[in-house]
Amino acid sequence: MAKVSMTVNGKAASGDVEGRTLLSSFLRDSLGLTGTHVGCDTSQCGACVVHVDGKAVKACTMLALEAEGAEVATIEGQANADGSLNNIQQAFQDHHGLQCGFCTPGMVMSAAALLKDNPKPTEAEIRDYLEGNLCRCTGYHNIVKAIMAASGQDVSSIAAE
Amino acid sequence: MYEFEFEKPSTVAEAVAALADEDAQALGGGQTLIPTLKQRLAMPSKLVSLTAIPQLKELSDNGGMLTIGGAVTHAEVAEAAAASYPALADLAGHIGDPAVRNRGTIGGSLANNDPAACYPAAALGSGATIVTNTREIPSDEYFQGLFDTALNEGEIITAVRFPVPEKANYQKFLQPASRFALVGVFVAKYAAGVRVAVTGASEEGVFRWREAEAALDASFAPDALDGLSVDAGGMIGDLHGSKEYRAHLVGVMAKRAVAAAG
Repeated sequence: MAKVSMTVNGKAASGDVEGRTLLSSFLRDSLGLTGTHVGCDTSQCGACVVHVDGKAVKACTMLALEAEGAEVATIEGQANADGSLNNIQQAFQDHHGLQCGFCTPGMVMSAAALLKDNPKPTEAEIRDYLEGNLCRCTGYHNIVKAIMAASGQDVSSIAAE
Repeated sequence: MYEFEFEKPSTVAEAVAALADEDAQALGGGQTLIPTLKQRLAMPSKLVSLTAIPQLKELSDNGGMLTIGGAVTHAEVAEAAAASYPALADLAGHIGDPAVRNRGTIGGSLANNDPAACYPAAALGSGATIVTNTREIPSDEYFQGLFDTALNEGEIITAVRFPVPEKANYQKFLQPASRFALVGVFVAKYAAGVRVAVTGASEEGVFRWREAEAALDASFAPDALDGLSVDAGGMIGDLHGSKEYRAHLVGVMAKRAVAAAG
């Protein structure tokens, strides 16, 4: 076992892990932050996307010890300070961007990473960016719409709810 | 995953020393190695992370020669090479997905030499030089078959040097499920001649299509490739595409790459 320390959602976090402990396991099992979902565990689905030093990564495909000293952001840290949903989360609710909700933490974290680099993405850019986030319920349409709305763009021309 | 120790050295010398242990394995971004370990297809005693070594994160553009450190991520190449070598930046920016590109490294990709990976096509198509902790390996000697390279045990890719071509382009036909290249063709035009490298297609891994290179040397235009074809015999045939289908796609993607390169 080795000690690992990082900052998670702005707070210092540490614990004892094995070399093979995944970042997703450390977040869920050691810190109790189960909002980071593990869907496929094969780096395909993106339900486990978190930010490490500001970059979107798949937490199931990174070792906890690789995140030593890093700033990690998870879905639990996304809400506003007063506990209300942030603009991306609110847009997912407003535009029905989720059904079962399993992929949603990864979708929101990917959307946040996209909008940080590209504040007004086109629909095509959003679909391209979500290549590594799978949703088996929605057909993606309302997810894309929610992200466009969260970026402050008019979504009235985007068809069918 | 089986158990292993983890080390994160900060210099190449420390990494080389750590890799001297029996069954120690270098870890780049882990986007292939970690899934492989999860399937228990490998059992290293120790993983030596190369991502905290400043020397391996360097990237420089020196008068027509782009040098990329072994631990530079695909996302970093996509951004840093956009002006100097746009075809390479475009290739890097379409590997996997954004989260994979934020972790995966050029050194990891080239050391693994997956037969459907994109970077081997760029390195071979550019006549790049693979720089290691002990020597410099021309790309023509580096790729030695499926998942096989000229690297020795414990040898680390410290950098990759790409001569910047007059024009170049990479065209990838996606395998619809994995999104790896079913066939990918990298075409680069240098003063010394045209290079055409093909990934995804061959049972021997990335290869140069020399017949196409000769035709494009004579005339750098898509129709210069009319009538040329690769032998279907050595192509990969699986449920995603027959040998003949892949052989046909090599010609199609090469033409598209020439057209896009201008």
